[in-house]
This record gives sequence, C-alpha cells and structure tokens, in this order.
Amino acid sequence: MSDSPIKIIVPCGSLGAGVREEEVARGLALGAHAIATDAGSTDSGAAYLALGVSKNNRGSIKRDLAILMKAGAEAGIPVIVGTAGQAGGDLNVDWTRDIALEIARESGLTPRIALLYSEQDKAVLKARNAAGKIRPLPPLGPLDDTTIDACDHIVAAMGPEPYIAALQAGADLIIGGRTTDTAVIACFALMHGVHAGAAWHAAKVAECGSQCTVKPTEGAGVLVSIGADGFEVEPLASGNRCDPDSVSAHMLYENANPFRLTEPGGVLDVTLARYAALDDRRVRVTGSVWDPKPYTLKLEGASSGRYQTVMLIGIQDPDVLTRLDTFHDNLLAALNERVRRTIGEAAGDFHISLRLYGWNAVSGETPPPGTPPPREVGVLFVATADSQAMATQIAKACNPYFFHFPVIMDKELPSYGFAFSPAEIERGPIYEFRLNHVVELDDPLDLVRTVWIDLANGKGA
Amino acid sequence: MTKVKDVCRHLRSKNAGPYWVTIDLFFDGPESFERHHANPALGPDLFRRLYGADPALVQHHPVRDLHMLKVSYPRASPQGGMVERDMHCGQQFVRLLDVELG
Repeated sequence: MSDSPIKIIVPCGSLGAGVREEEVARGLALGAHAIATDAGSTDSGAAYLALGVSKNNRGSIKRDLAILMKAGAEAGIPVIVGTAGQAGGDLNVDWTRDIALEIARESGLTPRIALLYSEQDKAVLKARNAAGKIRPLPPLGPLDDTTIDACDHIVAAMGPEPYIAALQAGADLIIGGRTTDTAVIACFALMHGVHAGAAWHAAKVAECGSQCTVKPTEGAGVLVSIGADGFEVEPLASGNRCDPDSVSAHMLYENANPFRLTEPGGVLDVTLARYAALDDRRVRVTGSVWDPKPYTLKLEGASSGRYQTVMLIGIQDPDVLTRLDTFHDNLLAALNERVRRTIGEAAGDFHISLRLYGWNAVSGETPPPGTPPPREVGVLFVATADSQAMATQIAKACNPYFFHFPVIMDKELPSYGFAFSPAEIERGPIYEFRLNHVVELDDPLDLVRTVWIDLANGKGA
Repeated sequence: MTKVKDVCRHLRSKNAGPYWVTIDLFFDGPESFERHHANPALGPDLFRRLYGADPALVQHHPVRDLHMLKVSYPRASPQGGMVERDMHCGQQFVRLLDVELG
C-alpha cells in the first residue's frame, strides 16, 4: 500500500453534525481505506468534561455512527472516532460505546471495538508533576495539587500512537477518548508510513469536514489522499469544490499560529507548504514539514464552581431605552444594595451582573455617544453565589426591583416583560477549564488504557 | 480616516482553546495588506485596551499569500467564567471594525 496514496474519508466536522450517506458511499467508491472523525472539542465549554455528557443529542450521534459503522463493515475498512462524547472523558467514551453496541445489535454488525481511555488519575498526575514532568503553557503558571484536586475530570489529548496500536491489533471500530483532532485523522496514514508532514497537514485541513471547501454548507465531508510527498483533498459532495485559498485558509481556523501546530510528538510546520489546484475541485498540497519533538500530551481539566440563577425581562418602554446606561448603573447599584440589606452576610461573596441584550450585552462596554436607542432590549440578570439555593434567594430578593425599577423617579412604577414564571431559572454551576499544561512522556501509550469488545468472537462487555 | 472595516473584506474571531482568542483580518487585496498589516494601530496595545490582553503575549502572524493578518491573544478570563459573555469569542472581532488606521 505504501506506493499508492492512503485515502481517508472525513465524513463530517464532528460526529453528530450530520453525516450524509451518499457522501460516504462516494468516498468508498473512490477507494477509501478508513473513515475517521472527531466527536468533540473543548470549544463548547468545560461543562461537557466536568459532567461527562455530550453536547449532541443521542439520536444524532446514533444516526451518524450507524451510517459509518455500516459503511465500514460493508467495505471492510476501519471506523475511527476520537474525542468521543464531546469531551473524551471516560464517561463520554462509555456513552458512545453504548450507542455503538446498540447499533451493532440492531444492525447485526460484529465489529472488534477498541475503546481508548485517556482520563487521568489525580495521584498519577501529582506524582508526575512532583517529578517535574508537567509544565504550563501560557498564559497559565506552574501546576499545583490544589488545582488538580479542583478538577472533576482530567483528560490527556492523545496522539496517533494508541490508535495505530489498536489498528494493528485488528480494530474495526475505535472509540477514543480525548485526542487531538488531527491525530484521529492522521493515524491510519501514519501507520502506513506516508509522508508525516503530509499526513498531519491533511488531517488539519480535513478536521472540520467541508469547512475547507469553497461552499462549506453544501456538503459535510471530504476525502484526503495522502502519499509519499504530499496530499490531495476533495469534497465528498459532488456539487462542491476545494480551491487553494479554501484549503490554505483552514490552517487559520481555531489556531493561534497559522504556520505551526503543536502535536503530541512534534510540530506541523506549513510555512513552506504549496497549494495547487489539481482540477476544478481538488487541491494538491506539498511542502508540509513534520518537526519531531520530545513527546508530550496536553492536559485538560474541568471543574464545577459557584452557582448561578438567572432572570430575563424584555423592555420596550422608550423612557428606559433612551437612558439605558443610566438605567443599567442605577438598577445594578439598587440590586446590590437590596441583597446587602435583605440577606446581608449570609449572601457571602455574591455577584450580580446585568446584560442588556440589544444594547451592549456581548461586550459590556458603553456604546459611543449618539448611538440611537434600540426598539427593545432584553435584560439578563445573573446572580452568582456559593450555593444554588443562595443564588436563587438573591434572585428572589431582587425580583421586585428587577420587575419595577423606574428610570424616571416621579412617574408611576413601570412593569417590565418577564419571559417566564417563576421568573428565576436555576442555571447550575459555573464550569471552567483549569489546566493548560503538558505532561512529558517516554512512551506515548503510558497514560492510555485500551479496552477491547470483540463482538466477532463474543468477548468483552 | 481609514478604518479596519474599510480595508478588510472579512473579519472573524474564535477561541483557540479555552485560554486564547484568535482574530483573522482578511484584507481586501495585496495593497491593503501591505499598507496596513504592520500598522502600529493594530499592535499589542490595541488588544490590551480592547480586550484586556497581556500585550507581551499578543501574537501577530501576517499571512501574505492570503492577504490576511492573524492576531492571537490570551483571554482576560478563561472561557466560561462567572462573567462570560461570548463563550466561543465569535463576536469579539466586532470591536476591531471601527479601529482607525490613520
């Protein structure tokens, strides 16, 4: 296989986004050797890792995964899924495993399934940290045990090595925990000894499926063909196309540095990459460089912190809309004072924020003088406190003021438009990422556990 | 006075992980790129003033082939904190539109 390119179907930007059956069939017809996709990222926030739940609904994951598992079985090629269940923690992997088992049962499929777990034990990480094997990435500082303990779940973002080991051991379906998006797509080609720079760069280009095409909404997936000195990329939707700009621009996406991408065992450097149109829908890329470095895995940890309760009102009263900044400042001061007076010390180190949607909610900054008043605003009240109960008590104490606060003092009290009753909504804890660190490893498989479910031979769970 | 929005065909912003934001300024052609991509008005201090970023950590990456400038900076507070207003930072580019380039 080493003389001809390795072809990988990347069927969508992320599992659950909407795989298209006809696109996967087209990829198989073009001679694909594997199907690979990630199923998550940190992008949607820390809640999914802290809670071990998916961002996607179960039905959309099952639908997409069923299409891929059937296609893989039909063609006899492996299906590779990374960062399962949005965050790739052990709970997220198990959730995805159960969906895969349900699909297998219902469709009569008998894949050999490899589950790759990369959730980390806190004691192990503390020991590695004490041994000087964990270092921070900016803007964070050195790691301490308190921060490790504060995390509900910690994962390491795997490289391609655990996937290659599972493929070599005969996996038909790999469900991986947290992994770099690129490693999931590059692993199969790297196993076959293609040009490493091309494999990593192809994976980066394809990581969001049709995002690297000219019309990203006209299809879901792409096919990458990775060879001995470069790679080609084409859309799986027949009516779509890639051009050199659409492909090269994707290196910019969600990436701080557009030329160098740090991966577990090195850096992908595309500074000298050349992008050329092969025809009107395919692009060939050469000159990508893989620069090997000491092996590290990036750690991600999520914690749940203080609690929030929210309320929402709509305001169309022109008396308010022409004085929004004054209204905001006066109302916020009145609410803080109301809590101090009615709840007092028990409220603890509480915090109230008012966000004026339709005016300046996204930035929180005062609009320039002369900005015309909007037709209406939505005001989101957010109380933060040490417990959910206290956040709600604060919201309830504020409710009458939030509902009736006047902007002109000698007029009858206004009543603003509450969206719901009861007015207060318990939003739950604040979920935050706590780690931005890498752990140095001698063996890429060191912090990874592989569990097999061999449905072909009736072994495993 | 020329503003960013007068010389760019497209701007976008997005998280680059939970601790960083990256903003892409696509200039409307090679001329605008050459004239403005190194303008001090787009320097680290702008990102300190607009976004509270540590200027020492602000990265500028001009990409000549695409006539674009990528600027990446650390978030003033990590994604999803108590006062989060833009979880994915997809709206942060808007504050650059009216920056004057002289």
